Amino acid sequence: MKDVELKMLERAKALLESGEVARVIGWKKGDFCHDPSPASFESVEELDSFVYDYFCGANLSKYLIQMSKKEGKTAVFLKPCDSYSFNQLVKEHRIKRENVYVIAVECLGKLDIEKIKAKGVSFVTGVEVQDKEVKVTTPYGEEVLSKPDVVLTKCATCNKTHQVKDEEIILHERPERDVNRFEEVEKLEAMTEDERFAYWRAQLSKCIRCNACRNVCPACSCVKCVFDNPASGIAAKANDDKFEEQLFHIIRAFHVAGRCTDCGECSRVCPQNIPLHLLNRKFIKDIDGLYGEYQAGETDEGKTPLTSYTEGDAEPNDVFKGEAK
Amino acid sequence: MQEVTTEKKEFTPNIVAFCCNWCSYAGADLAGSSRLTYPANVKIIRVPCSCRVNPTFVLKAFQQGADGVILCGCHPGDCHYVTGNYYTRRRMALLYSFLNYMGIEKERTRVEWVSAAEGARFSAVMNDFVAQVTALGENKRLTDLRVKEGE
Amino acid sequence: MQRIGVFICWCGSNIAATVDVEKVAEVIKSEPGVVYSANYQYMCSENGQQLIKQAIKEHNLTGIVVGACSPRMHEATFRKAAEAAGLNPYMVEIANIREHCSWIHKDMDEATEKAVILVRTAIAKVKLNAPLTAGESPVVKRALVIGGGIAGIQAALDIADAGFEVDIVEKNATIGGRMAQIDKTFPTLDCSACILTPKMVDCAQHEKIDILSYSEVEDVKGFVGNFSVTIRRKARYVDETKCTGCKICMEKCPSKKGLNTFNMGLNTRPAIHIPFAQAIPNVAVIDAEQCIKFKTGKCGICQKFCGVGAIDYEQKDSFIERQYGAIVVATGFKPIELTAFNEYGYADNKDVITSLELERLMNAAGPTNGVLLRPSDGQHPKVITFIQCVGSRDTSGCGKPYCSKICCMYTAKHAMLIREKYPDTEVHVFYIDVRTPGKNYDEFYRRAVEQYGVDYIKGMVGKVYNENGKLMVQGSNLIDNEQITIESDLVVLAAAIEPEPSVRKIATLLTASIDTNNFLTESHAKLRPVESPTAGVYLAGVCQGPKDIPETVSQASACAAKVIGLLAKDKLKTNPCVATPDETMCNGCSQCANVCAYGAITYVEKEFRLGGGKTEIRRVASVNPAVCQGCGACTVTCPSGAMDLKGFSSKQIMSEVDAICKK
Repeated sequence: MKDVELKMLERAKALLESGEVARVIGWKKGDFCHDPSPASFESVEELDSFVYDYFCGANLSKYLIQMSKKEGKTAVFLKPCDSYSFNQLVKEHRIKRENVYVIAVECLGKLDIEKIKAKGVSFVTGVEVQDKEVKVTTPYGEEVLSKPDVVLTKCATCNKTHQVKDEEIILHERPERDVNRFEEVEKLEAMTEDERFAYWRAQLSKCIRCNACRNVCPACSCVKCVFDNPASGIAAKANDDKFEEQLFHIIRAFHVAGRCTDCGECSRVCPQNIPLHLLNRKFIKDIDGLYGEYQAGETDEGKTPLTSYTEGDAEPNDVFKGEAK
Repeated sequence: MQEVTTEKKEFTPNIVAFCCNWCSYAGADLAGSSRLTYPANVKIIRVPCSCRVNPTFVLKAFQQGADGVILCGCHPGDCHYVTGNYYTRRRMALLYSFLNYMGIEKERTRVEWVSAAEGARFSAVMNDFVAQVTALGENKRLTDLRVKEGE
Repeated sequence: MQRIGVFICWCGSNIAATVDVEKVAEVIKSEPGVVYSANYQYMCSENGQQLIKQAIKEHNLTGIVVGACSPRMHEATFRKAAEAAGLNPYMVEIANIREHCSWIHKDMDEATEKAVILVRTAIAKVKLNAPLTAGESPVVKRALVIGGGIAGIQAALDIADAGFEVDIVEKNATIGGRMAQIDKTFPTLDCSACILTPKMVDCAQHEKIDILSYSEVEDVKGFVGNFSVTIRRKARYVDETKCTGCKICMEKCPSKKGLNTFNMGLNTRPAIHIPFAQAIPNVAVIDAEQCIKFKTGKCGICQKFCGVGAIDYEQKDSFIERQYGAIVVATGFKPIELTAFNEYGYADNKDVITSLELERLMNAAGPTNGVLLRPSDGQHPKVITFIQCVGSRDTSGCGKPYCSKICCMYTAKHAMLIREKYPDTEVHVFYIDVRTPGKNYDEFYRRAVEQYGVDYIKGMVGKVYNENGKLMVQGSNLIDNEQITIESDLVVLAAAIEPEPSVRKIATLLTASIDTNNFLTESHAKLRPVESPTAGVYLAGVCQGPKDIPETVSQASACAAKVIGLLAKDKLKTNPCVATPDETMCNGCSQCANVCAYGAITYVEKEFRLGGGKTEIRRVASVNPAVCQGCGACTVTCPSGAMDLKGFSSKQIMSEVDAICKK
């Protein structure tokens, strides 16, 4: 990973020095080794804090909505999953493609510090990844963890590839894997209505309406969100009624249905660890099943499943047929 | 409106029916002029096209205490606005499937295509839907998710 | 502060018998915002409207709710009344307490309770109504008539005579339609061709009429006043501008075995042909499926003999696009297929024929030159039995539930003509009922019975079978209560009529409503019988419901009057209930434009203030209110809720939901 980071830094410097771009969007070191955050670098000096490592899970595409409007070009490092969001935003005329220089960077899966902590490993000062092993350094010594156990949920079933690039920095190819991203959704589908209700009630009851999921979501990038707009009739009011969280999450999932690229950022940022991606994936799975496979963000043009139709589409009353119950 | 003790009162569900102006609302009118009865707890909201119905309206109805929500439009292919109900069909198929995924009883939601000529069908559909929701009982799930676990 | 007035209509006893109207008006009085509440016997009457107008003025009402019949019935009436009293017409809401309440509920308490809720719901909505003003859109002063039968011909002539351009699109090679196939017309027995063909000629010669024969409507875009229609001009393989109608090609064509569809397939015609002698346009057409040149590549005889070089085997379908202000649908009918009626032996016996086939057999220009000979052996039939209601008034599912309306009269006509021409022929008619309302109709029927001695038998036929070359018609005589069998030489079936099947596609293109029998739906069964609910689309002839020639002609002229009234206007008021984006919230994501069926949404770059002296240029949606039809598809697609629909705003609908659900 260090070799990739060096290459990225080299390119970022060159692009800024030549004046080809006015800024580079990447990740900046945090206070700890495990909390880098998205940042915009406008000079070579600023690049001192640049980082690209196993904790750079954040999706940078959403920042381009604002950045691409600024004067001068913006360079951005996009991981495979981020590139879908990028395309989707270009499709929706939110990102000015001509103002962006996309550098596709490799990703072999990012780590989830919460999952590492959950393994009883605290005060992480560094990680080294060797194939399927993660060697974690702490003041108390080293721990070796299994990588599949501690990657971000969104990385566990990822098979995404770069959809857009002006150049690429890929030193290690990620092998294709046999994964089923709908496994968890299927498990829920197999439950009874009562069990599903109990499951989601338990999950959504944890919601504190911090709006992190919405704020990080590239599809949730409305100029003004309905939940912030009192005129919409569904805006959140403090302790308005008991329906709030559920309404919020259903509407949010519906609003991004057909546009959600399954980047998994919602679940990554949820402080309450609600598996929010399972809401979006249900829509994705239904769309695939009812209207043919569709991956949002695969291209930067065309209609989405909810803005198109065929004359022979399934009837709403029939979507439950064929359910094994 | 009527004050009756809840225990003795037979459960009559509150049903919101969204009907498109051109087919289903006219179908409901025809049911009326043909004197084809259906329960009084079905209340119709007129919308220009079934595609005007935002999932938010459906959720709002449940939130406010509706026990069932039915959406009626022109038959696919016959939409007054050419393609409106095709979008409705996709939206509602996905929404209803999603609500069920959240554990909401699938019998509480329905989409029916009723033409202006199908007064009898309108009445039959409403009778059937009311019976279905009555059998299900009161809608609780879409109003009390916030009730914390264990309560 | 809102000042709402509520008006509860009794509708005579229609509402008042089941809904306690006084109680509703009383309960509603205490609703917040309601300052006036009244009930009256007939709100739609002059006095009722006066009551509304007065209350608006006296109480300074800002909005009104009328609890009455369906808004589809009188919303326009009450809007007008409000406007006359100085209230914006869109500040009116209707609570449908008749069709949706009093007519379907029997229990007074229950119906009254529901009526109160429906009125409350309307109040909740009207409180959020905003005054709206109708826009304007221009009118293209040209009409399209789809179908060139008598309905289309009459409508076209009337419109053209008023000075407007008209195009007739006819799918067949000639105009004339079914009426051209008919021999004589009831109740006058004058020759159909003699009254029709001059009208066909008038059409051809009228400088304002353009006949597009052998053409079909392919696509329709736009809206009232401004339809854009794509018309497919099917390849007839004959240059219409060159053909003189000399018929030499017909003589020389070696492929003469095509079924003559004009004569209901009772004889044959050449591959290249003019459908009948008086066809308009009098231009040949090649049946490519029958033509040897098309099948084998060899032949080309017609081309050799054509003196004007009109034959063009390379001709392809072509498309033209034209603009129209109004469209008349006059697509007509066809007799139903009789495959589901095995009991009458139509498929197995050549001498079991339909009434339309009989028309051709009796017509001087028909396959037998007007001599009634039966198809099997060319003999004069001596006993002819007519069977009525074949597939009409049939609730078994095989036929049509409706009465085809014309059969009783044409059968009386047929019976009479046969008895007149061949007095030695016995004529029996099996009927369920004889229906003869209409000027001189019953007299006509009675003449058949009394003067011409036609044997009318009330009863149904169970079976027709062939025995030793005779057609045995087995039926019941309900008057004498006996089973009878009539040995017949010819059996004539009064087959039900149904709308020409192509009307379905046309209805879809026009987004015009159609009923379960494929008849186009009129806007109001009694008061707007020639208008489709789709503005600018009018209905003439059997496409709207079974009718005879005089009725068809009346309806066609009525359509023409409506069309003339429309085309005489320079501008039309447009529906103000259109989509409208809140630009400050619009993402410019194009999702709304993707679902708009009318192409009403475009995008513009606009500068927005961000505060602190900063500005930002954003792409935002813009709706053309003249093109938007107000369906609302865009409003749901919009994730930010920037797109809303005037008159049916999200807030309004949600307030209705609240009012209904409030417990």
